[in-house]
Amino acid sequence: MVCDVCGKNQATVHLTEIVDDQMTELHLCEDCARQKSEQMEQQFGLSDLLAGMVDFGKAPQDKADVSLKCKKCGLTYTDFKKIGRLGCGECYTAFKKFLAPLLRRIHGSTQHLGKVPLKEPKSAVKKAADLDTLRQRLSRAIDTEAFEEAARIRDQIKELEKNNQQSDKTDK
Amino acid sequence: MNLNELIHHTSEWLKGSGPNSDIVISSRIRLARNIGKYPFPHWATKKQAEDVLEKIEEAKLKISLLSNATVFRLVDLDSIEKQFLVERHLMSYEHAQKTNCKAAIIDSEEVISIMVNEEDHIRLQVMQSGFNIYEAWNIINKIDDALSKELSFAFSEEWGYLTACPTNTGTGMRGSVMLHLPGLVITRHINRVLAAIAKLSFTTRGLYGEGTEASGNFFQISNQVSLGHSEEDLIDNLNGFIRQIIEQEQQARESLSANNKAMLEDKINRGYGILKSAYIISSQETVELLSMVRLGCDLGIIKDIDRCTINELFIITQPAHLQKIEGKKLSQQERDVKRAEIIRSRLKIT
Repeated sequence: MVCDVCGKNQATVHLTEIVDDQMTELHLCEDCARQKSEQMEQQFGLSDLLAGMVDFGKAPQDKADVSLKCKKCGLTYTDFKKIGRLGCGECYTAFKKFLAPLLRRIHGSTQHLGKVPLKEPKSAVKKAADLDTLRQRLSRAIDTEAFEEAARIRDQIKELEKNNQQSDKTDK
Repeated sequence: MNLNELIHHTSEWLKGSGPNSDIVISSRIRLARNIGKYPFPHWATKKQAEDVLEKIEEAKLKISLLSNATVFRLVDLDSIEKQFLVERHLMSYEHAQKTNCKAAIIDSEEVISIMVNEEDHIRLQVMQSGFNIYEAWNIINKIDDALSKELSFAFSEEWGYLTACPTNTGTGMRGSVMLHLPGLVITRHINRVLAAIAKLSFTTRGLYGEGTEASGNFFQISNQVSLGHSEEDLIDNLNGFIRQIIEQEQQARESLSANNKAMLEDKINRGYGILKSAYIISSQETVELLSMVRLGCDLGIIKDIDRCTINELFIITQPAHLQKIEGKKLSQQERDVKRAEIIRSRLKIT
């Protein structure tokens, strides 16, 4: 078969990319394959983790993907792939479609379970979940005889219960 | 505080006084934060970067936990001074490049350091001597809370703290522990440990962080994942894993002491001998020999130096430190001579 890129030479290099359940095939002659790998090297130079996830040779699903741009800072998705860094907080929303699978591959998850900035109000559900987690950690610490740590956690629980009581009072 | 005072000061984390400090040099936690209103540093205009720096300087003034910290704007420092901070692990090598609108906020104990406009607006770091990640977390958590009262961080309920690189999103937290593992290296068990590290989503780096090789038997181990777990869980995991490595290193040392005592004593005393008598010595050789001397000190084979002195030697024999002590720029050869001189004098006094 003929090369997909130059349409002239015989294709001797066959690339198959499978992302989720999308499969793309690219057939290249030796020269175009070499050029493509040089291009890829320029795009690499990100952290190792991102390197494996840069898509190459994949035709954009629709025109909108190619010109995907963050409204706030102007970074395009193409820029992101080249630089390996996002432009601002808004980019996470703008590129959500592509970031979600990327984050899953890097971290194994896409839901934040850690602390929140003080200014953000905590929901009642989050408050209960926090106390729960602390109590579990307390019993684990006691089981493993890490008594200093257990004392620290016990104090944190007391503090949290006190704060929750106070803010519940003011809410009412 | 000015930088020159730091030369005569032993960083808190070097004192070799924390738990397990025969094997664990230091524990460190780093948090990445950004101010929501502005683009991340690499994408911001000069004006925006300047605004970010000013906002952070203003916030710093209002935080009592940072009251004995000094703000160093990097454009005010010469290249030796910047390198000096890198050598003391107070900022990264990258931060010392292209210094427009960048700053480093450092406390007088060298426990807290904040890089402003590195890869993220704020890279907050707390270090402790020995194996003490929980205490580092305790301190950094309070500072983070204080900062978040003054600045509005880029944050989403779903993704957590938003960072320039997706590898840091979520908690924005990297916990690391610097270990000295000569036992595992000599017994060649280190490869098994490194393989386990990779499998369990941790990373290993050398003495100076990203892109550096492990030399002098030092390994810096950190968590790789930052999203999808609470900070405490990430720390618990790291803590548990490091505890196992510590045990393995202890076993390796015991086995060497029991079965290869002569080889150990020879290696250690030769290293000590060279350090005490060399007149020219490279930094590479210094790090490797100091590693042996440190082991010797831990095992009681070398009795007349303490760990704190050895830890200090690791730091002050580096290029920028040598030049700061000498008070002027030195060529490579001059440094190799000066280094040997400092080592000889330090090892004689104790």
